[in-house]
Amino acid sequence: MAGTDPIHQFVIEDMIPIHVGGDGTAGSGLNLSFTNSSLFMVLTVLAITTFVLLASSRKQLVPSRLQLTGELAYEFVANMLRSSAGTEGMKFFPFVFSLFAFVLTANLFGMIPYFFTVTSHIIVTVALALLVMSVVVIYGFFRHGFKFLKLFVPSGVPAYVLPIVVPIEIISFLSRPISLSVRLFGNISAGHITLKVFAGFIVSPGAAGFLGWLGAILPLFMTVALTALEFLVAAVQAYVFAVLTSMYLNDAVHPSH
Amino acid sequence: MVTQAYAQEAAAPAEEHVDGAVDATHADPAHADPTADTHATTEAHGGEHGSDIFPPFDPATFPSQLLWLAISFAALYLLMSKVALPRVGSILADRKAKIDADSAAADASRQKTDAAIAAYEAAPADAKSKAQGIAAQTSDAIKTELASKRRAVEADLSAKVATAEARIATTKAEAMTHVDEIAAETAQTVVTQLVGDIPSDSVKAAVAKASKE
Amino acid sequence: MDAEAAKFIGAGIATLGMAGAAPGVSNIFSNFLSGALRNPSAAPSQTGNLIFGMAMTEALGIFSFLVALILLFVA
Repeated sequence: MAGTDPIHQFVIEDMIPIHVGGDGTAGSGLNLSFTNSSLFMVLTVLAITTFVLLASSRKQLVPSRLQLTGELAYEFVANMLRSSAGTEGMKFFPFVFSLFAFVLTANLFGMIPYFFTVTSHIIVTVALALLVMSVVVIYGFFRHGFKFLKLFVPSGVPAYVLPIVVPIEIISFLSRPISLSVRLFGNISAGHITLKVFAGFIVSPGAAGFLGWLGAILPLFMTVALTALEFLVAAVQAYVFAVLTSMYLNDAVHPSH
Repeated sequence: MVTQAYAQEAAAPAEEHVDGAVDATHADPAHADPTADTHATTEAHGGEHGSDIFPPFDPATFPSQLLWLAISFAALYLLMSKVALPRVGSILADRKAKIDADSAAADASRQKTDAAIAAYEAAPADAKSKAQGIAAQTSDAIKTELASKRRAVEADLSAKVATAEARIATTKAEAMTHVDEIAAETAQTVVTQLVGDIPSDSVKAAVAKASKE
Repeated sequence: MDAEAAKFIGAGIATLGMAGAAPGVSNIFSNFLSGALRNPSAAPSQTGNLIFGMAMTEALGIFSFLVALILLFVA
């Protein structure tokens, strides 16, 4: 079972060690090394930028296939944001597009064997979710001042219910970054572990000889099906992350709902 | 494998928890189980050699990940918002402007076509009404001419009838005057045959008297 | 009982949370299908909502998996 450990795929290894502070011994100070995770973050950014720049390089009136793909991605995110947050929310379009493209590309990179999945680490998803929520809160107060707090007071609710409703609204607002980050992290890491466990089931019956190899066909098909499912999950979770971001941004733009 | 790793970690004090994880992070493949493949995904994560924490929950890797995520995401955001997306947006805006202009032009030509069609349809209608007018006029003229001709013929005929009637009446009257003479001559002849000679005047008087009775 | 064993038992029990996510996801898809068969022309416009609802529901099952992970590795 040594070769099929499902957890190992998440291990972070330093590639260019950078240590800040500490007394030089291992584990002291901040480890800011360039790791395999960092490598794939950079690769993700490079892939997105290359794709969008190549897609928009020739500016044809009748688009080529590549340009059409880029335009589809642009319009997909633009329509999603416009339908959730209205035209006023369109000023966040680069932000939402970057988030969507980053999460989607990181998820899809993770589907390539031997590639590291950036979004399978909870700190990354938590950072992205906190970024979204801080954008919502800061823009909400910047744009509406203390009227932003109307977010927690639903309109049309009788006053005697408010003592119950307002805490619920506040709790639901506070739980948003948790559910947003854990949803992405959980889906991606659970999918990758499941995939690796089933892939292990292909290898392990081989110890039983020829019949074992025959029996390995079944988990092989299962792994193929799971891979397809994980591609779906990778795309759907990026979509959900972007949709929820748009909805939360809608709260910042139009706080009284 | 998790069990053994976990057991080891549980045995370690909380302080060393982080340190041990850092060791694991820094561990090179040689540190790993030598029987394992050294490839990234198939390589053992150390087994009982110390990688004793679920890597996503390892706080020692957080600063590095946060730093590089911030760097890469900020770069991505700047590239997208300043360079890439405006380019795609300008392509889409150009196309929309072009399509709008084209459809406006198409609209204008369609209106022109509509006007031409209306004019084209108006011409036959005009001609038709004109033709109907001419036909009506002609038929009126013919009718009046016919009527006048008939009236003339009728007048002519009735005049002829009147003269004929008048002639018949004179002929009749003339004939009636001759009837007395014939009767008188006949009567004279009859009387002469029977009685002998008598003056014709008395015969005439007697005939006139008889015819009057 | 060993505290270690209790953690494994707890992790196993935590996976039962997925039994709640399963009817949720199946409910979404069965209702979508019956609605789509009644009004097929309106179905494509609702695919986004379908996927979205599925992801939201599925995430709850994933949370129970996360609880199991935390029990095994963190607690």
